[in-house]
Amino acid sequence: MKKARHWLHAVLPPLIPAVVVAVALEVLVRRGIIAPYLVPPPSKVFATLLHDRDLWSAAGDTAMAAGAGFGLSVIIGIVLAVLLASTRWVRQAFYPYAVFFQTVPIVAIAPLLVIWIGFGMETVITSAFIVSVFPVVANALTGLMSTDPSLRDLFKLYGAGRVATLLKLQLPSALPAIFTGLRVAGGLAVIGAVVGEFITGTGIGDVIIVSRQQQRVDKIFAGLLLASGLGIVLFGVINLATSLTLRNWHPSEKNG
Amino acid sequence: MLDPIPSKPATKPNSNIAVRLLDARKVFAPGDVVAVDDVSLDVPAGQFLAMLGPSGCGKSTLLRMIAGLEAPTSGVVSPGDAANRGEIAFVFQDAHLLPWRSVLANAALPLELRGVPKAQRIETAMHTLHLVGLSDAVNRYPAQLSGGMRMRVSLARAMVTYPRLLLLDEPFAALDEITRQGLDAQLRELWRSTGMTVLFVTHSIMEAAYLAERAIVFSARPARIVLDHRLDLPSERAASIRGEPAFAAEMRVLFDALNGGGR
Repeated sequence: MKKARHWLHAVLPPLIPAVVVAVALEVLVRRGIIAPYLVPPPSKVFATLLHDRDLWSAAGDTAMAAGAGFGLSVIIGIVLAVLLASTRWVRQAFYPYAVFFQTVPIVAIAPLLVIWIGFGMETVITSAFIVSVFPVVANALTGLMSTDPSLRDLFKLYGAGRVATLLKLQLPSALPAIFTGLRVAGGLAVIGAVVGEFITGTGIGDVIIVSRQQQRVDKIFAGLLLASGLGIVLFGVINLATSLTLRNWHPSEKNG
Repeated sequence: MLDPIPSKPATKPNSNIAVRLLDARKVFAPGDVVAVDDVSLDVPAGQFLAMLGPSGCGKSTLLRMIAGLEAPTSGVVSPGDAANRGEIAFVFQDAHLLPWRSVLANAALPLELRGVPKAQRIETAMHTLHLVGLSDAVNRYPAQLSGGMRMRVSLARAMVTYPRLLLLDEPFAALDEITRQGLDAQLRELWRSTGMTVLFVTHSIMEAAYLAERAIVFSARPARIVLDHRLDLPSERAASIRGEPAFAAEMRVLFDALNGGGR
């Protein structure tokens, strides 16, 4: 009973603005104040969402690609951060290239990816990976580098080696920072996947391009909603993982 | 003097030197700041020594050199090397616990890092947690403890290897007076029952007088010894000793040295 109420408190407030905006749009479009070829009536977008099967299978493809790209970012990003944190010269030599990954415009890289990798899902996954790996590396590196110096001394005093210090001190202390990076990377992975799909002609990205050519504004909106829905689901999963992992110890998870 | 207790095998006789400093000097590179200036000092095994001095005078640096965490620029600091590290424990200014570990796992950490089998390290950690009165809190996490309890976990973690030399760097400075007096009593009890050597850095005159057998007063930076004083107080010290005339007289001696050597 109490739990259901708590859930209601969490879900209800963000729903209110959504409903208000949807109703307002519906009224404005039906009265002809906004042209339906610019903004579709929300009811039509809903209908498309409910009945269009291509849309959902496209969303499934996008979800797979974004998820795989995100997964690669997590694994490769953390491994890279550990390598960068281990030695000063490694950090100096390679960190600028990690920054390059953040600044390179993915829209410009995507055509190259098609040439190199082809029109398959691999290209979409790579695109999602390229966009989302940097926040993982940057945040994990910050976390690994800011270990409490007294605790480092303590580990030194008891003769702990590099591996033990990494596994029992540095990585666990870096977890809050790593999760912050993952939250950013999750949203970016979906964006990277959709951009990749613009070029490969698959998934939600393709649905949006084709719907534009067909003047199906309602379908574009439905695609947009699904893409951001994917981001929200990923965000929720990461938040859940965060609070399960940090529930005992981190102040940001107390009295949440 | 004090009898070493049975919980730990009686080791070397008290005439042994536990810590020796010979013209120890420490200069920090940027700006050539002299933190410790030619300090010489012998600490017999089993002694409780308080090191008093103004904030930032270099006494913490001295302690870190003794622990081997910092090398002297010149002079000799012993132990100060890895060979004897197994016998040294260090308690920092704050508790510095691992927040993702339970109280028990925190206290057992030093043994874990040394590769002691799990059953044995849990047993030992349970014992030292019992000594500091935390038997009921072993499964809790640092975030759920008060500052005083966290410091007691830190103390239990230091005691878990049964160190021969315990170094404490203003460990209770951040706690309220009542909690602090309780911890002081607990620390003295630990010292009396184990026979270990204790070096306790503090800037509180009252704490130094209550805890130690011998007090060293340092000048402001760079740290030089201005007073090496044997405290003439009974070895049995109740909390109320702080109100007695003999205690006040000892505090006066330390106070004068601290203020005379300050500038």
